[in-house]
Amino acid sequence: MPKKYNIPTKTANPRFPPVGKYATVEFREDCAGSCHDCVKKKCVYNIFTDNACHWNTMKEPEYLYICKSCLRCVQECTKGIFSMSVNPEYLTLGDEYWTPEIINTTWAQSHTGKIPVSGAGYRGPFAGEGFDSIWTDMSEIVRPTRDGIHGREYINTSVELSRRPMRLEFNDDMSLAVDLPPIFEIPVPVLFQKPEFGVLSENVLLSMVRAAGAIGTLMFLKPESYSPAISEYSNSLVPCLTGDNYRKHEDKVKKSRMVELEYQPGIEGEFSGLRSMNPGVVITVGMSLDGSAAGRALALADSGVDTIHFYGSVDGREVGAEKQRYLKEMIREVHLKLVENRIRDKINLVFSGGIAMAEHMAKALICGADAVSIDVPLLVALECRLCYQCKVKAPCPVKLEEVEPGWGMQRTVNLMSAWRNQLIEVMGAFGIREARRVRGEIGRSLWFEDLERENFGPIFGTRKVAGAG
Amino acid sequence: MAAIRETLNLKEKQGLPLTVETPSHYRNPIGKYVVKRNSNCISCGLCAELCPYGVHPRYENFSQPLRPLDYRCIGFKCTGNDFYCVKNCPRQALSMGLNPLLKSLGDYRWPGEMIIGHWYMAETGNLPFVDLECSLGYTGGGFDKIRFRVPDSRDRIEISDEEIDTSINLNKRRDSAPERSISLPCYGGGMSFGSTALSVMTGRARAASRLNTLTCTGEGGYPEKLKPYSNHVITQVATGLFGVREETILMAPVVEFKYAQGAKPGLGGHLLGDKVTPEVAKIRETVVGNALFSPFPFHSVYSVEDHKKHLDWIKEVNPNALVSVKVSTPTDADMVAVGSYYAGAHIIHFDGCYGGTGAAPDIAKKNIAMPIEYAIPKVHRFLIDEGLRDKVCLIVSGGIRNAMDVAKAIALGADGVVIGTAELVALECIRCGNCESGRGCARGIATTDPELSCMLPEEWVEQRIVNMYMAWRKQWCELLRQYGMKSIKELVGRSDLLVHLDYLDQEERKSYQPAVKQKMVL
Repeated sequence: MPKKYNIPTKTANPRFPPVGKYATVEFREDCAGSCHDCVKKKCVYNIFTDNACHWNTMKEPEYLYICKSCLRCVQECTKGIFSMSVNPEYLTLGDEYWTPEIINTTWAQSHTGKIPVSGAGYRGPFAGEGFDSIWTDMSEIVRPTRDGIHGREYINTSVELSRRPMRLEFNDDMSLAVDLPPIFEIPVPVLFQKPEFGVLSENVLLSMVRAAGAIGTLMFLKPESYSPAISEYSNSLVPCLTGDNYRKHEDKVKKSRMVELEYQPGIEGEFSGLRSMNPGVVITVGMSLDGSAAGRALALADSGVDTIHFYGSVDGREVGAEKQRYLKEMIREVHLKLVENRIRDKINLVFSGGIAMAEHMAKALICGADAVSIDVPLLVALECRLCYQCKVKAPCPVKLEEVEPGWGMQRTVNLMSAWRNQLIEVMGAFGIREARRVRGEIGRSLWFEDLERENFGPIFGTRKVAGAG
Repeated sequence: MAAIRETLNLKEKQGLPLTVETPSHYRNPIGKYVVKRNSNCISCGLCAELCPYGVHPRYENFSQPLRPLDYRCIGFKCTGNDFYCVKNCPRQALSMGLNPLLKSLGDYRWPGEMIIGHWYMAETGNLPFVDLECSLGYTGGGFDKIRFRVPDSRDRIEISDEEIDTSINLNKRRDSAPERSISLPCYGGGMSFGSTALSVMTGRARAASRLNTLTCTGEGGYPEKLKPYSNHVITQVATGLFGVREETILMAPVVEFKYAQGAKPGLGGHLLGDKVTPEVAKIRETVVGNALFSPFPFHSVYSVEDHKKHLDWIKEVNPNALVSVKVSTPTDADMVAVGSYYAGAHIIHFDGCYGGTGAAPDIAKKNIAMPIEYAIPKVHRFLIDEGLRDKVCLIVSGGIRNAMDVAKAIALGADGVVIGTAELVALECIRCGNCESGRGCARGIATTDPELSCMLPEEWVEQRIVNMYMAWRKQWCELLRQYGMKSIKELVGRSDLLVHLDYLDQEERKSYQPAVKQKMVL
């Protein structure tokens, strides 16, 4: 039996106190002082006793990362001088798309490697836009394994990035008449790419690249970001080249298992040149996820490309349109175009832009992606607060430039372990034990518009409000 | 206490369970408004004299000023009253405002006001007189966008709450199993010993007994303390078969087969090792400190025929038990319902994805399976088409938070609902969601920690739950009166009485309470 793939996790403590959701407010002038029954001493989670700064000397609101907001301190203080509020700094994290909640849960996963678990049911909106308008299906009796999703039987999350022949042909002597390209697969349907912003020091990039190596995936990187230290991990790197410059980077092409060429008309003419440098190399073409992406993908599909990598916007939308469609719709468009033209099985599709949580990865696969590529979560894993100070050259509040690559690698590995385990949870409910089979399994998902039409339509008539929000 | 109990029993024999004031067991209850008294106060006692809501307590022979019971304050709507304390205070020592704590309390599904409102109902058995929105959350969909149609005033009937029938029948198969009716259109969801404190389990069973409804053991065995209330306790047979014994099946009026649960549809249960104390291990017949997994799904069920074998097994052991089949809400929920009927189920229980009380992966809670609002009409219609709707009791759960959600679920097609979270909120659960780790619930509800699990006396638990349901019953009675109905059974499937705001014209929408759009911090 082949060795079971597993991502080893190890606690990687934050370097800076993370911005917590809650802040205590205390009216000390009213403190009885002598009640000897201070609620701080009785905190079930020891958040006050574990940190001397929280004890007695509290002069201003304290921001509590680990506070669970059970409010016992508020309700049990003998003089009622304790209260709690949402930490105003917490509200400033990220933006409309990269919400404080996403950032906070990403930090927690990077810290512990554990998947987010909580009680008391779901807490969020009924449905939303984009991926939030999709639910994944479950089965009452179909099961992926006999002994649970973390049992001895294996749920396989690996996906292929190499092209496949559409059919086998044989010679008269029954020998193969077609060349079979080598199979290249990665153990998780996630790749990394360099974020478009952020403190992207060598240490930060090394953290990401080493993490890619540790979990067996790849990272897209432009040649100008290569340094001697980073080049040592060429096996985990995908140099992002162009039709004009790939010959200048022959050394990188030779050392890489996969190379990306930026799309330009006629780019398929360069594939032979690339393969002459490195015959086994997997070729991906990177292109913008715009309105004509599906047409371009179809034209390229039969050209010998292995994978097409679509770059969406940072908030998970179509690029360059006035009314930008969501990633889920764009993936459907490209996937279905290839399905309709009966060539989908030949190549692989990787989508990036706005993949912020494990559920986005699972839903992107359902929509038709083979894999996703992430960038911003890699920064958040290293404690980035998405304050965007770096965009105006202001100092980074968490000194990302000083990240120690070993620590950064572990934080990223932890995050990916948590994401993979969440994908397994979804696949377990599906009753599917191969991530490859999730691709385009739209029948195992439930879409807001369909559910409304099928179940509410007969009762309430026609929906008069657009969107799910 | 025994004397009070005797009086209660006597009175309850004559009618509905009695509500008894059961205040918070915290020193500082949380309300919508805060009232502060500063050092200018001379303790003249005028505010105590004026306030009819008891915000300013004052005791004989004790003249010092006391901290206001501000959770009773009716807030800004009091400013026009003659008895408004802030205006009348001769020393301007009082101030009143919105409680800033509300911003850090609650979430989209259970906003702070809904939580506080349920605390109030659990304390008094009445609807809150403070302006608290207890029926609608901020989710922007599902029940929060569904409203009851504006009733025709000519339909209204004037009958008392006592004359209105809120009971439902659980056995519609008309087979050899006994008839069983419960007095409320809801019963308590399964929460196992191990996931909740014993006093909470026992208190829920006592409340179910007084309300003539049911509660459920969950998959964690049958504690001895529940046995006096066994006629109101469903025992659950789930995939891990923890604590399943012939004697408990023999005791149960209803046996629930749990295939899946809304908190984690398609995934098995998981009790963390920390919660497996010696008592829990003993009852579940396992090892102390070892995490317990319930596999998913039943490994001996592949078909309706396999399913029937399980149900027949229960019926053979206890022919007097009704059999309930608990499933989640997959896309083919309608087919699952029909399959369960043909397997012999009396009750088909659908648990939608947004519910659950136990710890579950966040990804599962949010994303797996469909919300119950969609599943109810889907299953209801299919059962009608198949000619089975009158032969099976359709029970639903999963994100049904309050009395109006219950009524909407019934109007969409359910016979009744199962309630979990709201019962815990009645016990002052604050929905912090930290039920699973370390010592468990800091508020003594979902924990087996030796210290924390003693926080809630079972009498207090019992009365708070009774109070909450009696407040809910008042809301159902008023609703039924408006539509000229005398029984909640008349409401089943009356989706013609419902409107959905997103399906109305802009003008028509103005007749209904708008959906609140508020951004919450999660």
